[in-house]
Amino acid sequence: MSTMENNRLLRTFAELKASGAKALMPFLTAGYPNIDATGALLKDFEARGVRICEVGFPFSDPIADGPTIQASYTKALGAGVTVGDILDMAAAYRAGGGEMALAAMVSYSIVFRQGTEAFLDKLAAAGFDACIIPDLPLDEAAAAESLAAAAGLCNVMLIAPTTPPERRVEIAKRCRGFTYFVSVTGITGERVSLPPETIAAVAELRKHTDTPVCVGFGISNAETVKTVCEVADGAIVGSAIIHRITDAMDLPTDQMAAKVGDFVSELLEPIL
Amino acid sequence: MADDNNTPTAGGAGYFGQFGGQFVPETLVAALRQLDREFNAAMADESFLAELARCNRDIGGRPSELYFCKRLTERLGGAKIYLKREDMNHTGAHKINNTLGQALLCLRMGKKRVIAETGAGQHGVATATAAAVFGLECSVYMGTEDIRRQALNVFRMKLLGAEVVPVTSGQCTLKDACNEALREWMSSVEGTHYILGSVTGPHPFPTIVREFQSVIGREAREQMLAAENRLPDVIVACVGGGSNAAGIFAPMIEDAQVAMVGVEAGGRSMNLGDHAAPLCVGQPGVLHGSLSYVLQDEDGQTADVHSISAGLDYPGVGPQHSYWKETGRVRYTSCSDDEAMDALVELSRTEGIIPALESSHAVAEAMKLAAKMDPDKIVLINLSGRGDKDCNEIQEILARREGGGK
Repeated sequence: MSTMENNRLLRTFAELKASGAKALMPFLTAGYPNIDATGALLKDFEARGVRICEVGFPFSDPIADGPTIQASYTKALGAGVTVGDILDMAAAYRAGGGEMALAAMVSYSIVFRQGTEAFLDKLAAAGFDACIIPDLPLDEAAAAESLAAAAGLCNVMLIAPTTPPERRVEIAKRCRGFTYFVSVTGITGERVSLPPETIAAVAELRKHTDTPVCVGFGISNAETVKTVCEVADGAIVGSAIIHRITDAMDLPTDQMAAKVGDFVSELLEPIL
Repeated sequence: MADDNNTPTAGGAGYFGQFGGQFVPETLVAALRQLDREFNAAMADESFLAELARCNRDIGGRPSELYFCKRLTERLGGAKIYLKREDMNHTGAHKINNTLGQALLCLRMGKKRVIAETGAGQHGVATATAAAVFGLECSVYMGTEDIRRQALNVFRMKLLGAEVVPVTSGQCTLKDACNEALREWMSSVEGTHYILGSVTGPHPFPTIVREFQSVIGREAREQMLAAENRLPDVIVACVGGGSNAAGIFAPMIEDAQVAMVGVEAGGRSMNLGDHAAPLCVGQPGVLHGSLSYVLQDEDGQTADVHSISAGLDYPGVGPQHSYWKETGRVRYTSCSDDEAMDALVELSRTEGIIPALESSHAVAEAMKLAAKMDPDKIVLINLSGRGDKDCNEIQEILARREGGGK
């Protein structure tokens, strides 16, 4: 089991900060289109220079997700992927020498059902470095926060455009690893550009916290990654990647992974 | 109104024992806090309460009658059976009590648009009605399976000026409509109020909906005292999310002599996927923003559910019901599709009242109980809605029964 000292997410952000670099965080739906494909995508992304990847645990009722990620969850569950399969996949990635920091994006419905302490221990044992529980806001998070820390996991919380300024600072202070800044009032999904207020809000927040701030929701191209990373410590891209997987789904796994990887390379370009 | 069972945590989220809470994306937290503040301010504001009472009377048609079922009582030869006639409300069910209250809250918050989820369509119709009365824009999210089962209510909503948004995810029923309404609220939260239809969802909804529905129990308590000079021995109500049950139970929850029974949808069988009875056979879990009993698989994925009644076809239940189950204050049981249909036919023929399929679950259980009780005892049923909306569905089911037996 990992301890906070060798947590890959903390280490990665420390290194990025020292070199003045930014993070691109791709998001994958575990088990979409199948669990082997997820493993292949992780390897491909790492080879292209990705240092942190978010792994979404498919959930039957994801209320913060737009149609793209929602459909990928439904298909993954329909194909029978389980929490156990995802943990095994992550463990196999680690056993194969995988060194990216992995952040689990997982609904509190799943966490609670498995037992918060037991589940977070299992995540850490499988090689995850962080958990993001998008439906566990600050006021409900205290227990999970200390259990995550005890398991050696960073607990990442989200800030929304609707979050009042003082609460933003409070959330950033309580996050470990990074703070997830939601760029738009709404659900996940590709958008052409981000509201200018978001950029200003991220710049403002960074004055009040040392916790890295990464921006997600709606980022769909290299240009937006560049804009976001001018103020933020990293950019998170989800739906645009899932959409590329869907487009390449009929190809053999290695070709599919390479095709999606090419898109990730495009996204990486402005920050490498 | 304060409730001892609703102890706020440091963060302000409402809990009933270990149940309840506010498990939502951060985007919605500010709106839920605003709603909580406005609700508390409104309930302490005499002019708001007077306006609510006026709306309940002039628009909702309150008070609803307390009705003694003379022929049904004689036929069963046991306890006296009374109905609280929520089926006589404007729009045909108890749902209007909540939508009028929440529409007034929406106006107080200066929001111009409301959204709602609906299963049977009763909450959707009641929301569309309130929106029409107060000149609010209205969108109702409804699963395509329910759109098929409840075509008349879909037409009514449209006629009332609401947009009906078909939901095609999951099983295309109430749970999926809730997801879609919450997603829509994520994007429009600053100018839109979500009129949640049951005592479910994140705090403060379970408390708000219970308070607006408690008019049922407050009236029933007075009416029982006037009619019999005492309270009923048992109150029976159907439980999907549990708003009509919470509304009739809450005002008498401190009256220890009154037993209470909540009836969930037993569906085709008690195998997972064949029913909608989380309190009877589920376990605590998180769904749609609160911790309560829920039907899930071992990973925490929401299970499929089934009920003859679209309004009970839901894998979760309001957190206060979980609390009442755990404390033993209310007994929860279930009734099968067939038993509900039999009760529907029975009440229609003996009393001239066609109950909604949802409410028929309560009628079925009450008939079983009354038959075994002494004639000096009283059973009160919350007849939460009328069956007009179900007539097409009832016709098909009865035809199938005649064709191939039950």
